[in-house]
Amino acid sequence: MKVSEAWLREFVNPPITLDQLVAQLTMAGLEVNSVTPAVAPFTHVVIGEVSAIEQHPDADRLHVCQVNIGQAELLQIVCGARNVRQGLKIPVALCEAVLPGDFKIKKSTLRGVDSFGMLCSEKELGLATESQGLMELPDDAPLGLSIRDYLALDDTIIEIDLTPNRADCLSVEGLAREVAVLNEIDWSPTFIPSVAVQHQEVLSVRVDDSAACPRYLGRLIKNVAITTLTPRWLKERLRRSGLRSVNPIVDVTNYVLLEMGQPMHAFDAAKLHGGIVVRRANDESITLLNQQTLTLDAQTLVIADGHTPIALAGIMGGLDASVTDATSDIMLECAFFMPESIAGKARNYGLHTDSSHRFERGVDYTLQARAMERATQLILEIAGGEVGVVFEATVHELLPKRQPILLRKQRVEKILGTKISDEVIENILKRLSMLVERQDNAWQITAPGCRFDIAIEADLIEEIARIYGYNQLPNNLPLVQAKLQPVTEKEISVNRFADLLVDKGYQEAITYSFVDEESQKIIAPNDVCIRLQNPISLEMSVMRTTLWCGLIKVAQHNVNRQQTRVRLFESGLCFTKHHEDLHQEPAFAGLVMGSVKPEQWGEKTRSIDFYDVKADIESIFALTGMNVLFKQGLHPALHPGQTAEIYTQDGALLGFFGMLHPTLEKHFGFESVVFLFEFKLNQLKIKQQSVFTPLSKFPSVRRDLALLVKNDVSAHEVIECIKSIEASNLKEVNIFDIYQGKGIEEGFKSVALSLHLQNDTQTLTDLVVDDTVKSVLATLTYKISAKLRD
Amino acid sequence: MSVSIEEILKQGLLKLSHSEDINQLEQLRVEYLGKKGFFTDKMKALVSLDPDLRRSVGQVINQAKDQFQADLEQKRIVLNQQLLTTRLASERIDVSLPGRGQVLGRLHPVTTTLRRISELFRSVGFAVVEGPEIEDDYHNFGALNIPAHHPARAMHDTFYFDAHTVLRTHTSPVQIRVMESSTPPLRVIAPGRVYRCDSDITHTPMFHQVEGFVVDQDVSFADLKGTVYDFLRNFFEKDIQVRFRPSYFPFTEPSAEVDIECVMCHGEGCRVCSQTGWLEVMGCGMIHPEVFKSVNIDSETYTGFAFGMGVERLAMLRYGINDLRLFFENDLRFLEQFN
Repeated sequence: MKVSEAWLREFVNPPITLDQLVAQLTMAGLEVNSVTPAVAPFTHVVIGEVSAIEQHPDADRLHVCQVNIGQAELLQIVCGARNVRQGLKIPVALCEAVLPGDFKIKKSTLRGVDSFGMLCSEKELGLATESQGLMELPDDAPLGLSIRDYLALDDTIIEIDLTPNRADCLSVEGLAREVAVLNEIDWSPTFIPSVAVQHQEVLSVRVDDSAACPRYLGRLIKNVAITTLTPRWLKERLRRSGLRSVNPIVDVTNYVLLEMGQPMHAFDAAKLHGGIVVRRANDESITLLNQQTLTLDAQTLVIADGHTPIALAGIMGGLDASVTDATSDIMLECAFFMPESIAGKARNYGLHTDSSHRFERGVDYTLQARAMERATQLILEIAGGEVGVVFEATVHELLPKRQPILLRKQRVEKILGTKISDEVIENILKRLSMLVERQDNAWQITAPGCRFDIAIEADLIEEIARIYGYNQLPNNLPLVQAKLQPVTEKEISVNRFADLLVDKGYQEAITYSFVDEESQKIIAPNDVCIRLQNPISLEMSVMRTTLWCGLIKVAQHNVNRQQTRVRLFESGLCFTKHHEDLHQEPAFAGLVMGSVKPEQWGEKTRSIDFYDVKADIESIFALTGMNVLFKQGLHPALHPGQTAEIYTQDGALLGFFGMLHPTLEKHFGFESVVFLFEFKLNQLKIKQQSVFTPLSKFPSVRRDLALLVKNDVSAHEVIECIKSIEASNLKEVNIFDIYQGKGIEEGFKSVALSLHLQNDTQTLTDLVVDDTVKSVLATLTYKISAKLRD
Repeated sequence: MSVSIEEILKQGLLKLSHSEDINQLEQLRVEYLGKKGFFTDKMKALVSLDPDLRRSVGQVINQAKDQFQADLEQKRIVLNQQLLTTRLASERIDVSLPGRGQVLGRLHPVTTTLRRISELFRSVGFAVVEGPEIEDDYHNFGALNIPAHHPARAMHDTFYFDAHTVLRTHTSPVQIRVMESSTPPLRVIAPGRVYRCDSDITHTPMFHQVEGFVVDQDVSFADLKGTVYDFLRNFFEKDIQVRFRPSYFPFTEPSAEVDIECVMCHGEGCRVCSQTGWLEVMGCGMIHPEVFKSVNIDSETYTGFAFGMGVERLAMLRYGINDLRLFFENDLRFLEQFN
């Protein structure tokens, strides 16, 4: 909402500066978004009259004018405008003048003729974006007067971001009412002299849906002079409120909308067929004033004549019955539409108008008769015409009712946390035009018609606090029950995983939850992803089913910026669909590429491999003590030979880890291998409470074995095979070397492992140790055909 | 005639003085003091002497032996010292060379900010709760007193999956979910990602919010003010100016926007605060009776306040970050800046 300060001060003029006014509005919940001058700054422009004019001796399109600016001497000014003529009153920029855009006017010589200034157009003064020729001023414009004073240009446009609840402030009068309340001063709305009715002609009005339109007022005004120019003061006010001038009739309806907040519409009466019908649309279409043609749904309220819809009720008029330069008789419409009947309708059709903006938020339902008189008065003043009687279709029972609201003193204190005196409360509410009726320890409050946001006690309490001043209210700290909060050992926080990886040199990334569908399909072709109906772009059109999409994009971003070593992790939700069921599950993922350690002196740089990353992953599991299984697996995004599926001991799939498939590595433009891991966070977090095992007092014994096993026997199988032996003395098995190559038969590998034996009650003898080792060997030979290496 | 004690001692001391390392010294110790050493031999030879003489000669031997021993120990100290000096000199390194190994990574500044916010509220008994990001229309709007076609819906540029399923536009639905499933007193914060269909210099389609709320029998607007004030001063670790401005949210009444004194210009007016000296940092208010109604909490018995803040905004102000979009580019040069 844009309002001219001068216009506002015509209604209410508190003794405060502009800055104070702006601060006051902002702190009352009417946030001022900008404060700008009514026109771009300019100086030294006065009203002048062309006293004499002759053709420039040396240029066909220039004239040499003698300009009277109310002083003894005339100014000689060369002018090229087409509308320049003797007797014309115009704005004259004197030498020394500075026009908008820092355009300095100096004495100049145009084709040999001296020129002492410039005759100005509206555009040159910043009053219009386009103009044809000089700005023509009325004959009574006083010579020599500064044009700024004459047009009252030393004004400021205050732009307010109104919240949707404050429809009552969507007009100059509404803002004046608020400013008066804030400054505890009086104000009065525009005085409207009564207009003499000159004819009794009416149109029939039938409202089919009175619940949506409980009040409809119309009036015929005949023989208006549509080509009359709208007066400059009115045009200026429209301009300062961000509206452009169309014709005097439309300008007046817009003016009333700005002044009172009542949207109105004028139809060309000659184009109406029969009476007015307010009804729901019925398989029809309408072409609007903005040339847009809409097919209307049955929910849409329209104003129709006997044949077709002529306006979208409360939103925009139709083109067919609109007022044009040929219009002579008009029908003025001034109605009240219920907010619910307009809300959302404009948006459904992709429209948003000053009218729909007001009606969907709530227009004062007591305003229509006054607004009709105001518009009539202005039209008569400007364009003349013969005024008819007002015809009306109002169902009073269906108009909004302002029910009295019980406001309890104790409740005010409870909600605000402080006691405000009865006098202050009553004063605030009365100033807000509320009816205040005292009761025991309470009031009955009735809100005015303009306030659609006051329905319950809490709304009144807000009003009291708002006018009293939020910052005058005390600051307390709530009392807290000293109840301990649970600190569980059954779960570990994702923060701990994050800290661990940070300590291991990973950077945390946060990427968008919506990703590009193509990457999503390439990385996780088997996941059913969820598509946004209204994505912001193709790159953000589906919800990620894996964090890898985002991490790969981040790696690309950084590789493209000369980073060769990238270690990233992210935690966040992943979204999938299983049989129409939507799943949003937290995941924890990482991406690693480049050298194991940053390049450094004294150590050879080595590229990361599977086991480097696996160590990081194992330390994640070590945080909870969870035993997991790494199984050779398959994932469409990963190298088939370097993919591990990770399972919990219960056999639940916890996640994947492996090398990005070389095809994808190429697809995404990486020039080195990339490792990826991802786990389901809900399972990863689960922790068992630790249980103490007594320490053995007896020494432990280590025996090393070098085994020959077939290549396809996994380390896990070797270990599991040994663990399958029921040997209570065998505490730990550790692989410390894997060797293939010279000295080892093709298809075999050497696995060196250490057995750690210990007993809780005695020192182990060589005999016992040998026995255990023998049974380990026997089992290995039997189960996985392992041989002791020579 | 065998060599005299004096001669042996003289020879021995000479050799000691010429010895150059610990090994030589050890050889000399064996040669003179060992089981078959010169002094030992001399002592053994005493047996053949007259008992009277034995004592005086013995004394001479012992004196000589003691002196040798003393010189030897002295020499050992000197040699050990030399050895140490040489070692120390040879082991001198350039301490300015960087250490080897892994470097530290960093948390994302949004995470750091979220953790600080959570920690502050946890310290006074707030529980941290998370909720789904794909929400139904009811939890995101309806239950929060934002019916269909309400003009306030236009304030949220919503991402839709279908007519009733959205990406949550704020963390307030968590308030509904918690109130649906638990009974007051409640003291909760709900951090998380939220989404708005908007993307320009000052908007990203995804950002983070922290919703907080308290529901109890006597919670007032003054409590809300005190809590927000306390939080902001602790968050910025500074006694900053805070002001509450009336505003409108369908789910709170009274509602307020909270401004802090501009942290860039300290309230003087600058580009960041659009010359106002103030920065908007959060919205808050007393929970609307309609919201309580939708979760079956009696608003006569219980009152509550709620607040919501933008995490990126707070992080930008705290760390002086000037471009919102940097948060989600994840450029390593950006991420590495935040400890």
